[in-house]
Amino acid sequence: MITANPPKVKEANLPLACFDAFETNEAGRDPAWVQSLRKAGIAHFAELGFPTTEHEEWRFTNVAPIAKLPFKPQLNPSSTAPSAREIDPFTFDHLKGNCLVFIDGHFSKSLSTLAVKDGLVIRSLAGELASGGILEQHLARHAKYDENAFAALNTAFFRDGAFIVIPKGVTIAEPIHLLFVQTSKENGAVCHPRNLIVAERDSHAIVIEDYVHLSDAAYLTNAVTEIYVSEGAVLEHCRIQAESQQAYHIATVQAVQERNSRWISHSISHGAAIARANVQTLFTGEGGDAILNGLYIASGKQVVDHHTVVDHAKAHCTSHEFYHGILDGQSKGIFNGKIFVRKHAQKTDAKQTSRNLLLSDTATIDTKPQLEIFADDVKCTHGATVGQLNDDAIFYLRARGIGLELARQMLVHAFASEILDRITVERVRKELDDHIYDRLERRS
Amino acid sequence: MLEIKNLHARVEEREILKGLNLSVKAGEVHAIMGPNGSGKSTLAAVLSGKPGYEVTQGSITYKGKDLLELAPEERAREGVFLAFQYPVEIPGVNSTYFLKAAYNEIRKHKGQEELDAMEFLTLVKEKMKILELDTSLLNRPVNEGFSGGEKKRNEIFQMAVLEPGLAILDETDSGLDIDALRIVAEGVNKLKRKENAQIVITHYQRLLDYIVPDFVHVLYEGRIIKSGNKDLALQLEKDGYDRLIEENEKRQPALK
Repeated sequence: MITANPPKVKEANLPLACFDAFETNEAGRDPAWVQSLRKAGIAHFAELGFPTTEHEEWRFTNVAPIAKLPFKPQLNPSSTAPSAREIDPFTFDHLKGNCLVFIDGHFSKSLSTLAVKDGLVIRSLAGELASGGILEQHLARHAKYDENAFAALNTAFFRDGAFIVIPKGVTIAEPIHLLFVQTSKENGAVCHPRNLIVAERDSHAIVIEDYVHLSDAAYLTNAVTEIYVSEGAVLEHCRIQAESQQAYHIATVQAVQERNSRWISHSISHGAAIARANVQTLFTGEGGDAILNGLYIASGKQVVDHHTVVDHAKAHCTSHEFYHGILDGQSKGIFNGKIFVRKHAQKTDAKQTSRNLLLSDTATIDTKPQLEIFADDVKCTHGATVGQLNDDAIFYLRARGIGLELARQMLVHAFASEILDRITVERVRKELDDHIYDRLERRS
Repeated sequence: MLEIKNLHARVEEREILKGLNLSVKAGEVHAIMGPNGSGKSTLAAVLSGKPGYEVTQGSITYKGKDLLELAPEERAREGVFLAFQYPVEIPGVNSTYFLKAAYNEIRKHKGQEELDAMEFLTLVKEKMKILELDTSLLNRPVNEGFSGGEKKRNEIFQMAVLEPGLAILDETDSGLDIDALRIVAEGVNKLKRKENAQIVITHYQRLLDYIVPDFVHVLYEGRIIKSGNKDLALQLEKDGYDRLIEENEKRQPALK
């Protein structure tokens, strides 16, 4: 599983050279604790380099095209911001809650809608670095950037993102929408969104992290989101990756769950030429519950990769994982689901299901459960299926007058809906369902 | 309405239908009976255009059109309806959405305006009463988790909504208890019109106590060996298929 010193590629030199200039200029104004995080980040990146397929964690996903990009971090906001009208199609029509808009990774106050109440903290992370406090307590303490080169790169170069604190005992019914819009027409533009969400004790909230584009360049989004779910809190996190088909998207989501907390993660991925998401949670207290839902849709030559980790470090926790993949054309899907059950994590109940639909003869999927169990009184199950559309169901629909193409679409959509239906907010679910349906109809 | 002439059909290299002839006029109800393996379900499959069934000889015309030239969905839009012996469960596809799509495809084909959601719901609620179906089924995925009886009733309910010209009921009675059988049969009877026809495929006479056929045909080894009126079904119930088969073999030994 561990490959010692995977060979480095020389392209890693580009970010290193960029960092020197960044450190003396923009980053020079950051507080000392941030500067030292950045230094540690770049040091780890220098050591790790961009991963190659010889690295066990990256065996099926070749990121050479990313390593070869001219590395141009978007360190400052662009001078030309999109208009509210251009952003409008990306906002959820019927959500009344807070919406934070980030253009090329930088917070846009004029495009955002903020209705903060109940002591809720929803801010641009860049503006909060100086205040330390909770931010300093959590930032870069959870996502392991010593073993993940992209998280290390983000830690070195991040500029902005969302900083959210749901105060103790507060329930926020309206979802908080984080909208990341890429506008750069430049190949090799790189943005490093960095989000921190802290759900304090017994709080309850829903956050949507959404990646869209107004440009079709070969840019890179390299995002890191850390989520801290305190005792008794419930946090639903819905991540939507709808980047340009030319772009690259790497994501690290690390949740940490205290006692009796609940984390519901949805990872929906249908954009980008190469997309990789590491979705991970760690139980630090007993009685935690994690639900990891995923839906990935790919066509053409897209590569979409999910690596999940559920770390049952404490006893009496439950985790349920449901991932569906829909792969067409020559696309490639990867699902790797790791479940650790540590030595004292008795009464763990972990379930993992990966189901995949291959719509063409040339699409492929590598799906792999990886269970490492060190406790003896546990319940762990996993199952993976790979299949085509059900011919009997297609015939049944056709025998009622529904054409072959529509019949296929209905069945593919139904397969996607089984995951989307798990999103608890109806308005989000419905709009997302429409987006996905459009996406599925466009697939070719 | 339907003319089947010298129909030969095979599945996976095995010939099942071996020269079947059948003529059905508007307003008629035909029962097709026969022992297991005689080709009853193959006939239903060939009529509805199920992939995997190859017609090697003969013809089927429906309302003057060559049915074998049409894709399954085109046949359905022309008014051919198959009530499945084993209705398929389709997780994730909502029953109302499915049926509205089917209904509107047929309307479109006829050059009629499509119904909107409200209009369709009104229509559907009315039709559900005929089958004594619970309206909650409409919000569930197609056939998913339905009991055997619910599935069969759902087939006839779809028939009530789609109002086909020719309905083929493939062993609709199998797996039904006597109450469900009565409801299904009464539903079918209510849908009988002088401009449409029904072909009822069944192994047992039981269903024909409720759906009274104008003609009864006995299918054996891929051909119709005897035709008659409803009394033929009663005779079969009494004597079984064996006697008829024996008689047939005496009469036409060369064909065996």
